[in-house]
Amino acid sequence: MLIKRRDALVQRTRLQSVLGDLSSGALDRRAFLRRAGIGAVSLTAVALGAVKKADAAALTPGAAVKRIKAVCTHCSVGCSVIAEVQNDVWVRQEPAFDSPINRGSHCAKGAAVRELVKGSRRLRSPMKLVDGQWQKITWDTALDEIADKLKAIRAKSGPDSVFWLGSAKFSNEGAYLYRKLAAFWGTNSVDHQARICHSTTVAGVANTWGYGAMTNSYNDIRNSKTMVIMGGNPAEAHPVSLQHLLTAKEVNRANMVVIDPRFTRTAAHATDYIRLRPGTDIPVIWGILWHVFENKWEDRDFIKTRVFGMDEVRKEVAKWTPEEVERVSGVPGEQLKRVAQMMAKEKPATLIWCMGATQKTVGTANVRAYCILLLATGNVGGFGNGANIFRGHCNVQGATDAGLDVTSLPYYYGLAEGAWRHWARVWDVAYDDLLARFDSKAMMEANGIQTTRWFDAVLFPKDQVAQRDNFRAMMVFGHGGNTVTRMPEMIKGLEKLDLLVVADPHPTTYAAISERKNGTYLLPVCTQFETSGSRTASNRSIQWAERVVPPIWESRDDYEVMYRLSVRLGFAEQMFKHIKVVNNRPEPEDILREINRGAWSTGYTGQSPERLKAHMEHQDKFDVVTLRAKGGPVDGDYYGLPWPCWGTPEQKHPGTHTLYNTSLHVKDGGGTFRARFGVEYKGETLLAEGSYSLGSEIKDGYPEFTYGVLKKLGWDGDLTAEELAVIQKIGGANPDAVAWSIDLSGGITRVAIKHGCLPYGNAKARANAVNLPDPVPVHREPIYSARPDLVSKYPTLPDYKAFRLANIGGTVQRKAVSDGVAKLFPIILTSGRLVEYEGGGEETRSNPWLAELQQDMFVEINPADALSRGINEGDWVWVNGPESNSKAKVKAKVVERVGKGVAFMPFHFAGWYQGVDQRSKYPKGTDPYVLGESVNTLTTYGYDPVTYMQETKVTLCQIVKA
Amino acid sequence: MARVKFLCDADRCINCNACVTACKNANEVPWGINRRRVVTINDGKPGERSVSMACMHCTDAPCAAVCPVDCFFTTADGVVLHSKDLCIGCGYCFYACPFGAPQYPRVGNFGTRGKMDKCTFCSGGPEGEDGSAAEFAKYGSNRMAEGKLPLCAEMCSTKSLLAGDGEIIAQIYRERVQKRGYGSGAWGWKTAYKETVTV
Repeated sequence: MLIKRRDALVQRTRLQSVLGDLSSGALDRRAFLRRAGIGAVSLTAVALGAVKKADAAALTPGAAVKRIKAVCTHCSVGCSVIAEVQNDVWVRQEPAFDSPINRGSHCAKGAAVRELVKGSRRLRSPMKLVDGQWQKITWDTALDEIADKLKAIRAKSGPDSVFWLGSAKFSNEGAYLYRKLAAFWGTNSVDHQARICHSTTVAGVANTWGYGAMTNSYNDIRNSKTMVIMGGNPAEAHPVSLQHLLTAKEVNRANMVVIDPRFTRTAAHATDYIRLRPGTDIPVIWGILWHVFENKWEDRDFIKTRVFGMDEVRKEVAKWTPEEVERVSGVPGEQLKRVAQMMAKEKPATLIWCMGATQKTVGTANVRAYCILLLATGNVGGFGNGANIFRGHCNVQGATDAGLDVTSLPYYYGLAEGAWRHWARVWDVAYDDLLARFDSKAMMEANGIQTTRWFDAVLFPKDQVAQRDNFRAMMVFGHGGNTVTRMPEMIKGLEKLDLLVVADPHPTTYAAISERKNGTYLLPVCTQFETSGSRTASNRSIQWAERVVPPIWESRDDYEVMYRLSVRLGFAEQMFKHIKVVNNRPEPEDILREINRGAWSTGYTGQSPERLKAHMEHQDKFDVVTLRAKGGPVDGDYYGLPWPCWGTPEQKHPGTHTLYNTSLHVKDGGGTFRARFGVEYKGETLLAEGSYSLGSEIKDGYPEFTYGVLKKLGWDGDLTAEELAVIQKIGGANPDAVAWSIDLSGGITRVAIKHGCLPYGNAKARANAVNLPDPVPVHREPIYSARPDLVSKYPTLPDYKAFRLANIGGTVQRKAVSDGVAKLFPIILTSGRLVEYEGGGEETRSNPWLAELQQDMFVEINPADALSRGINEGDWVWVNGPESNSKAKVKAKVVERVGKGVAFMPFHFAGWYQGVDQRSKYPKGTDPYVLGESVNTLTTYGYDPVTYMQETKVTLCQIVKA
Repeated sequence: MARVKFLCDADRCINCNACVTACKNANEVPWGINRRRVVTINDGKPGERSVSMACMHCTDAPCAAVCPVDCFFTTADGVVLHSKDLCIGCGYCFYACPFGAPQYPRVGNFGTRGKMDKCTFCSGGPEGEDGSAAEFAKYGSNRMAEGKLPLCAEMCSTKSLLAGDGEIIAQIYRERVQKRGYGSGAWGWKTAYKETVTV
């Protein structure tokens, strides 16, 4: 028998020599990429089990190894990635044990990110569609042609005829720059993935207590004693978060309740699982709350001091007796009584949600109901409790904050004149110059059109789109083409556009799905591993990622592409007035400094690039539960300076780990609910009563701070002369009205904090949000309801017009009932995520390590439904949708994971359309390994009234054997 | 001398497949070869459990017992390795292995399967210097030679998959079960004897 020679001493020496700085004739990067990829192996060969020898050494002995810390580009957990790089080739990925967020761990996607920069299926150069054929062109030609076309469209149809679709894959700096680009172009139709993932969360949560974000953190869940996960499947969507959840379950013996139509992989680890009919979240929440009120388990003290309008909620909840809840949702009352007891008695309790709550016609109302349950049980604003909203993409929180949104300028300033004037001051450009870029002042202040409806703005008659002309061009940066519902109509819209530009590492579904012949450009933009910048994880921690390798092939980073485009559009000089540009590339550090100067409203002011980089360097100093650093140059900071991080970087605010936490001093990250909606409503105060954060000099509620408020309190003397001068300059004739959020000196914020107060005020959270369509959430049946008998009692909202387009959900729902759609399409169709893929899936389906694990698009169908249709596991089936005669050919997965009458399909697939393989339509060599039908071919009409979020979680379908 | 082992804590495995792609990443294992995989039982039902499987590096390895060319050997750390120079691709080890660990680049019988491939516990193989390009091309990475553990376990999303000195990981697992106050996963007493025991 062979015995392997092994000597510990020798090994250690060898390790040192490998890591040492020695010169060698290592592979050049291109040669390495050619040899390392399996791109040359055809899929046919692969299917037969052929194996190409892996002929690239992970490490070239002797060549210098650089260790670079980056951040995973997939979900919002924010796992650190350690890259070992030799000669600009990422040769090895190592676990980042020092990160307090992931502690070395990854999921399938994170453990495979190195492949992204090998890029076997990446788009290699700019491409142009000429009479249906892809042609390679140069960057200059591409950008010149695109800019010329944009200018021609603008001249004829105005700036609002171009839709700017941005990305949650941008860094904060990229997202901010893209929003700024749209502002200089002169439109508010600039959107990104948050629209289709958590826009309703942001709207619902912000309207309840001030900020639209996760209140606590993944790590803080380690403090929980009850975790209720409703409408989320973190085991697949945020796998590393389970590390923290399972720790709470094991160490605290915490309850882990999963409420979901599917018995998910998360449910497999739950202590309690509750199955509900899709689309009945509000009845279930009210059903829980019914038991809370019935048994007087509510937190009366918390409600009295910190909640407005709970009595209105009581009236609505009283209608949801256990019998009615069971009739509507199918959930037995006793089960909900148990959950009610846990949330009220086994505290701290946290509510975790994802797109099961948000992607609904009642998304905002759902989220509001969740918040109200937390408020009623006193589970917000402490450790281990709160609304732990797991966001989707790696920087969807940051991109939302940076204002890739049709209703706001960066950092939630809105679109009113005051907001424009604020950003004009930050950008050091004249307000009138910005105004001149728009069609009119009214359009400058009007909400734009969302990504869920862009094709309606292309296809509708001109008079039904409330702007000068239809959309005629779409600029897509980092966004999949299979992400919106009603794809058959989306494709028609795509075909009607004069200009389509897709800037992405991959061609995306947009390149292959339509019959476009001309006017289409693909721009290879690199991943975040090939550039640097900061990204905000779901818990508001901001992490700086270094560049691992230079952009591969001919790709360029977002910053450079935006800059070169703005040069051609003629506003680069204005737009980059205070941002350093080197070799056509704006420096992300400088962009972040500009953000720091302007983003007072959200506390993005203290996170300078220098501080963020220090955090990445000293990750090992941060505690895994508190996220607070002990020792070193980052002593006392919370990891990633989670916003709000008040004041200037020099003031060294530690960031805010848990929002609205009154047990901490504001200087230690304490807070109160935000006074965002005035001081009173119909004579009733909206300010907190007798509740305040630790150390506050005002021992009661207070409004947001302005210079006038400071004067009333006699604290204006604390302002320095310089600060006062800035305030007076901003205020002009009325300096008293200058609020903390537009005070560019930061003086008002500084003085408020000095006195232990939150600059945004101290208010009550609103159980009754009077400005929303449903101030107290009410149940409304889905547009395509499987229970038409309930529609008359619980109808959706009547038709109305918002965001420049009508929402005819009411009409569609009535028609569905009268047409008997529920009989023809008797199965409820819902969609969701797989762990191996991300979003639209182009990137991950192009990664062979991931693609190998999920090779077929499928539909999960209950054995009872399969049996009655003669369907066996693995059979090809047609899934038919109720609109546009839509159909999709997929494989059947017969499993009890879904209940009887419910089917589930993952949303990551594309490249097949209604049974036809579209592989040949991708530019050569860029087709993802795995293609399949998009679930959104089948999903249907339905939009949330507040954000126009689409309905992807509840529609109807029929399944037949193919 | 310590024996290294894998242990998958089935109460923590969420079937995220990080171990599978980490293995691909560390070893550049080609499409179709799965040194590691996650197996799920009771899929979609209460009682669903997942467990990550690879070569278990048996003390008395059946693969070695049946190999006609005696290409298997056990390292001083207790890792079961084989020589691809000696392997004749007969596939006997595949039938002998209770865990389905051996993988072959081709489908076929009677020596046409190609050289067998399996988990090396990230310990490379017998030919070539530790960490050399030749060793990597044939066997994948050699993390053990650098004092590191297999990447699958190091990157496990929930710290379910443990790798290392058998004594130490058994101790970690024992402490976890005591802290949790419940079961020892998919195997153990409950599965074997159909009865509940309090640990």
